[in-house]
Amino acid sequence: MTFLPAAVLQAIPQSTDYIRILPELVLSVFGIVVMLLEPLVDEEKSQKLLGLVALGGAVAGLLATWYMARSPGLAFSNMVKVDGFSVFFHFLVIAIAAVVILSSFDYMAVQGIRAGEYYALILFGVVGMALMSSAVELVLIFIGLEISSISTYILTGFRRNEASSSESSLKYFLLGSFATAFFLYGVALMFGATGFTNIALISQKLQSGPVELLVYVAMALMFVGLGFKVAAAPFHIWTPDVYEGAPAPIVGFMSTAPKAAAFAVLLRVVFTINAPGRFWLIWIAAAFSMTLGNVGALVQTNIKRLLAYSSIAHAGYLLVAFAMIAPDNSVSGISAAMFYAASYAAMNVGAFAVIAHFANTGERYVTLEDYEGLGRSAPLLAATLTIFLLSLIGIPMTGGFFAKFYVFSAAVKANLIWLTLIGVINSAIGAYYYLRIVVVMYMREPRKPVPVTPVPIGLGAALAISILATLYLGILPNQVLQYAQQSAKEILPQQAATFANSTETEPAAPVSPH
Amino acid sequence: MSTDSWSPYILTFVTFAPLVGALLLMLFPRRDRDIRIFSLVFSLLTFLLSLHLPVHFRRAVTGFQYEIDRSWISTPNIHYHMGMDGISLWLVLLTTFLTPLCVLISWKSVHDRVKEFFIILLILETALIGVFTSLDLFLFYFFWEATLIPMALLIGIFGHERKVYAAAKFFMYTMIASVFMLAAILWLYAKTGTFNFVTIRDQIASHQLAGFPGAAQWLFLGFFLAFAVKVPLFPFHTWLPDAHVEAPTAGSVLLAGVLLKMGTYGMLRFNLGLFPEQAHNNASWIMTLALIGIIYGALVAMVQPNLKKLIAYSSVSHLGFVVLGIFSFTQAGLNGAMFVMLAHGISTGGLFMLAGILHERRHTYEISEFGGVASPMPVYATSFLFIVLASLGLPLLNGFIGEFLVLSGAFEARAIYGILGGAGYLLWMYQRVFFGKVTNPINNSMRDMIGFEKAAVWPCALAALVMGVAPILWLGAIDPAVQDALAPPVTHAVSKVVGQ
Repeated sequence: MTFLPAAVLQAIPQSTDYIRILPELVLSVFGIVVMLLEPLVDEEKSQKLLGLVALGGAVAGLLATWYMARSPGLAFSNMVKVDGFSVFFHFLVIAIAAVVILSSFDYMAVQGIRAGEYYALILFGVVGMALMSSAVELVLIFIGLEISSISTYILTGFRRNEASSSESSLKYFLLGSFATAFFLYGVALMFGATGFTNIALISQKLQSGPVELLVYVAMALMFVGLGFKVAAAPFHIWTPDVYEGAPAPIVGFMSTAPKAAAFAVLLRVVFTINAPGRFWLIWIAAAFSMTLGNVGALVQTNIKRLLAYSSIAHAGYLLVAFAMIAPDNSVSGISAAMFYAASYAAMNVGAFAVIAHFANTGERYVTLEDYEGLGRSAPLLAATLTIFLLSLIGIPMTGGFFAKFYVFSAAVKANLIWLTLIGVINSAIGAYYYLRIVVVMYMREPRKPVPVTPVPIGLGAALAISILATLYLGILPNQVLQYAQQSAKEILPQQAATFANSTETEPAAPVSPH
Repeated sequence: MSTDSWSPYILTFVTFAPLVGALLLMLFPRRDRDIRIFSLVFSLLTFLLSLHLPVHFRRAVTGFQYEIDRSWISTPNIHYHMGMDGISLWLVLLTTFLTPLCVLISWKSVHDRVKEFFIILLILETALIGVFTSLDLFLFYFFWEATLIPMALLIGIFGHERKVYAAAKFFMYTMIASVFMLAAILWLYAKTGTFNFVTIRDQIASHQLAGFPGAAQWLFLGFFLAFAVKVPLFPFHTWLPDAHVEAPTAGSVLLAGVLLKMGTYGMLRFNLGLFPEQAHNNASWIMTLALIGIIYGALVAMVQPNLKKLIAYSSVSHLGFVVLGIFSFTQAGLNGAMFVMLAHGISTGGLFMLAGILHERRHTYEISEFGGVASPMPVYATSFLFIVLASLGLPLLNGFIGEFLVLSGAFEARAIYGILGGAGYLLWMYQRVFFGKVTNPINNSMRDMIGFEKAAVWPCALAALVMGVAPILWLGAIDPAVQDALAPPVTHAVSKVVGQ
């Protein structure tokens, strides 16, 4: 192939390039297999088989992630970067998908939803999220964001017979596409201001010269788009309505996986670019999210809406970790955010798995009143939910405690005393509404009988994984945190600078002003 | 003794023995009788194990004993660090002493969800002991929060009519207050890089901490708020009567006997230990609040129509003495405060058990429902009188020494603060319940104390007597620890500098 110019030769992907997106490839293949199998298999059995294929896909995705982790580096003309950071989030979102698929098996049967594409969409969504975590190129990030968003828009409306589900899907779609447009606009302005869409090159450019006003606008617009995805105030209005209508396992999925991916993007963009002027933007968003989320949750009687507000609050706690400016504080901030994303995923997916099971046909039982006496009628299920709720409060021995602890201790270290105070007061307020559920389950006698079906194997496995993860992060948080700290160093600008030097010989970023 | 090979592990054994019991209990079949016997055996075992502590405790030595310090989590730098001095020694013993009695007093009165009840009780015991033995601030906070849930569950599941309200109020009050302590702990960690109590204390004392003078007052208040709500110091006391009235007997006993002491222990250990200067600066308003608490608690107790509420308000009054003693900064005052803590634990624990016995028979705590109870229940009446006398501070019983020491300590510090504890309400209550006419004929047919109840109450009475007659047994260990706590910050600094 000597007749091709050198530049073209270098642009042809090598085999290592494919290894660096192996999880995405594997998940896509399995997703397509599920779609192809769907019309071929028997109507009655279709759910189980397709679910198992999807589960196999998720497990294969995890293995692929492990394989990918052994060849870190850049791929596809510096668009994708495999580092500890992206491996962490790959692992996280794929694991979430696996647990959600497990907990969906019987949910789908109980709800009478027949659709193989349900599982395929979860896998495709995960492809987008995984791509978001490893993309170091704003345009590719946008593509990942769209892949993940469109899958979740459809998944939200999967309870087709329910008006509320369609409403939530439409609402999510309209507002969501509006938000992605903001993000895209921000990317365009950033390109206009710096001439690059590659994050590392933008970072270099901003460090070397004066910062234009346009950069601030671009950052703010990108923050709006991502802020919507993570349900941070003041872009949180959609959350309760959408969560209320969506299928419960999907709420567990969309409140953790796309959020984790969006936070990954935000971490990479904010800290690698060392975004100027982000401090007050994030300070205000964090303070508002914590306060509005917790105060809003106080008055909810629908448990899905309650946890929707709680997820706004948790986005706020997580945002606190973004307010670190100095480099040594940044490491503790980034690692705290990563730890938080992981432990929030463990407890929230678990909580929604319980809710999905308990809700029964047509999601009839989702109000607080329905949970009365659950401690007596289903002691194990109630105890499981209690552990998740205690973790959401942030009680010691659970992952939620160390998550909050790391975030707040990073904030105190960076002298963000007021933000910390707002945070700790909010977690005390939060205790009230989570405990209300516990109180209702254990201390009230049921006013009307609510049937509780025995826990099926798939759900049991999903719950066991979530519980173990929650307790593991609560008792032995060391390993995960240390891993997070190591990978946090990789996304900071000085590392980016060395990476840019080492790749000088490679072709320039595909989108360049020349 | 250091020669004792298991000396470093004894605190771990004592702390986690009840937890092991609770875990074993989870595997038990639901045979209520076996569960009760098992809990009793395990709590007695823990008590026996804890007797090792005073026996091998070196009284003349200041500083912490039975220390164990192992790294638990490396980032943040959290250690499994436990230790004990004369202050925590007796509080741990108080906990292990009261728990078997709680099991006994709940023998007949808890018949629904028996298994859960005893599991929660044993978990609570572990958390309580952990609070008094941890020397790592993180570990301390961990156990501190861990006491909340079992206690709230005891009130909320096994309580009386308004149990849910009381449990929620208890939980929210203490939870909100303790997050301020968490913020203060985080600040200290951020500046020192350690949660080690001793290291942080020495760093503060030797002025090595950057930015400390500006933050000290806020840190002091952060800790103080958490403790003041727990004590409860006036005006943070409103959760206490609700919690007590609704709690089951065992819950009340542990709540009054031990949980409230967590607050005063915290003041002594952390507010005085870490921030001696700020403690001195803030002493005047804190002592004023304590005095208001003493008088207000006594006055409100006097007019309570409800037996348990009366005892609850008497706790507010007694704990006021403790706070007064702590912030008098005198040897006598602090010794007295410690002694009142123990005495109050024993006698108020006893009073709540006795109130529980009455409730068991009539399902009410209203004083007006009773009257002339002395004739159908002579043994009960005598036991009650004994504990009442101990509680109100009759010389030669345990209540006297502590309050006497506190008052003499307070006098020494500020002559204007001299108050005699209101004892009238207890005697008046006693008269209304036990003497006079039998207002309700049902009272005549009430059974006197049965075996379990005697086994639960009499040890309290005996302990009250021993403490009153031979206080030196306790004070011998308390005194050096208190001296250490009182040592002015300067000497700490000097010795540190010289030591280096």
